Amino acid sequence: MSLALKQTAASPVPGKKSGEIDPAAIRKDFPVLDRKFGGKPIVYLDNPATTQKPRAVIEAITRFYETTNANVHRGAYRLAEEATAAYEGAREKVRAFLNAATVEEIIFTRGTTESLNLVAYAWGRANVKSGDEILLTEMEHHSNLVPWQILAKEKGAALKHIPLDPDGVLDLAVAGKLISDRTRLVSVTQVSNVLGTINPVKDIARLAHDAGALICVDGAQSAPHMAVDVRDLDCDFFALSGHKMCAPTGIGALYVRKSVLEKMPPFHGGGDMIRQVFLDHATWNDLPWKFEAGTPDIAGAIGLGAAIDYLRGIGLDRIREHEKTLTAYALRKLGEIPGITLYGPPDPSRRGGVVSFNVDGVHAHDLATIVDRECAVAIRAGHHCAQPLMERLKVAATARAGFYVYNMEADVDRLAEGILKAKEIFKT
Amino acid sequence: MSLEGLYQEIILDHYKTPRNRGKLEKPDIEIFESNPLCGDELCLHAHVNGGTLKDIRFEGKGCSISLASASMMTETLKGRDRAHAQKYINGIKAMMHGEEKLTDEELGDLEALKGVADFPARVKCALLAWTTLEKALNERSAREGM
Ligand SMILES: Cc1ncc(COP(=O)(O)O)c(C=O)c1O
Repeated sequence: MSLALKQTAASPVPGKKSGEIDPAAIRKDFPVLDRKFGGKPIVYLDNPATTQKPRAVIEAITRFYETTNANVHRGAYRLAEEATAAYEGAREKVRAFLNAATVEEIIFTRGTTESLNLVAYAWGRANVKSGDEILLTEMEHHSNLVPWQILAKEKGAALKHIPLDPDGVLDLAVAGKLISDRTRLVSVTQVSNVLGTINPVKDIARLAHDAGALICVDGAQSAPHMAVDVRDLDCDFFALSGHKMCAPTGIGALYVRKSVLEKMPPFHGGGDMIRQVFLDHATWNDLPWKFEAGTPDIAGAIGLGAAIDYLRGIGLDRIREHEKTLTAYALRKLGEIPGITLYGPPDPSRRGGVVSFNVDGVHAHDLATIVDRECAVAIRAGHHCAQPLMERLKVAATARAGFYVYNMEADVDRLAEGILKAKEIFKT
Repeated sequence: MSLEGLYQEIILDHYKTPRNRGKLEKPDIEIFESNPLCGDELCLHAHVNGGTLKDIRFEGKGCSISLASASMMTETLKGRDRAHAQKYINGIKAMMHGEEKLTDEELGDLEALKGVADFPARVKCALLAWTTLEKALNERSAREGM
């Protein structure tokens, strides 16, 4: 492989205590975090929506375009061979990141949404019949709900939903009752993008498999923040988005267990996914390319590979510990504010770094505007693409802060300060 | 731009004590709209007689800007005719990109919405009530030639 394709290793992380992340040092890897608004450096807490990009990722993409750009899988020339090696090298990184058995199980997509639609379209249309059931949960993002609604409508199948307890935790006793021999698939998020709840995916996988169903995991909010092992989880499908884990927008991945993938018809038709094409029919390429029609997001995949190197350089277990500590601090600090409601499990060990909240008398949008203009804190306000969950929580919207490697306690303090300012403006 | 310009006393007052909140019996206009981006919801009811908005009420879930805007709209347009309503709809829309189509005198409390123009992410909140009413009026005209 040429020099140009060598990945820069993640910058060394001077630990605070041994094993602990030093977010102040990590911040230096993220150029955008130097931005100031009204003289204040930005506090970026909209990480569940998308994360910032470290220099290592930005440079890997630039380097690819400056030194290696060519289409993949086609050219007989060395530049194209290098581009193909870089693209396929990124696939190997995703495989290792998820501990999949082989690279044949890793399909590049545009992100979680496309990954889940691929499952619903390619697997779903071949395997779900009238009278079958698909089991979801009450906390799913629209991207793990709407594709199944479309499929169910087309096939005459039924959707069921595992309910939540008042802490926002799935009720597995009910789940056990909802799974039956009619269940073809259970599709759940590993971490809720609103409540932060970490779902016991491994237990749900066992329930599903015992009933002869498959299990699909929405990993959009888990893969960026904790070590994922698809073989340990024993899941059949696992979807992720690169942009939520330091990679560029427009790239994501889908893991599919090989024995399942081998029997799946293709998703999109076109170039690259075929072996031979005749006027009236075609035969399919090998796995995983059968599921990657057309020119892929080559630079995006290479960016995702660089992001994986970066995150593994820090260590996913350390990232998880850092976010757990920060979430515990946030729950405590924000919990002290009069009139605040925090959603999701109170126990930080059962949740990821997502904290949704509302403040009496101040709508989430007003909160988001005020903490931004007053304190340069970027948070999200709205339904977070989970309208049925909002309905379940009986709110129209929540404000949401989500943490990542570069966030620290001072960020939570700044958020708290902004919330107090909002209460002052609204005189509550 | 300043938060004070956005969260003026008048806005907070309409948010906390909305005028004309509720529903009407046998409404001539009944429309529900939501902002798909943020989930804000608004339901407008009106009695129309001879081209005049005899009564107009709203209910909704939303931020201070969207609810205050709805409250001020009902106050401004109650008892007024279609042309008057359209003039204000156009005027408030123009105001959101800094254009002055209505005088301060014509605006009254609505002048407090001027600050929203400096907050592009909030323009949709301010306009929800107005665009919803416009849609309802257009649908009614199409149906009844009013
Ligand atoms: C839990 C969850 N699933 C799916 C998605 C969709 O991801 P994307 O928009 O990257 O396809 C998101 C993103 O917000 C999410 O939080």
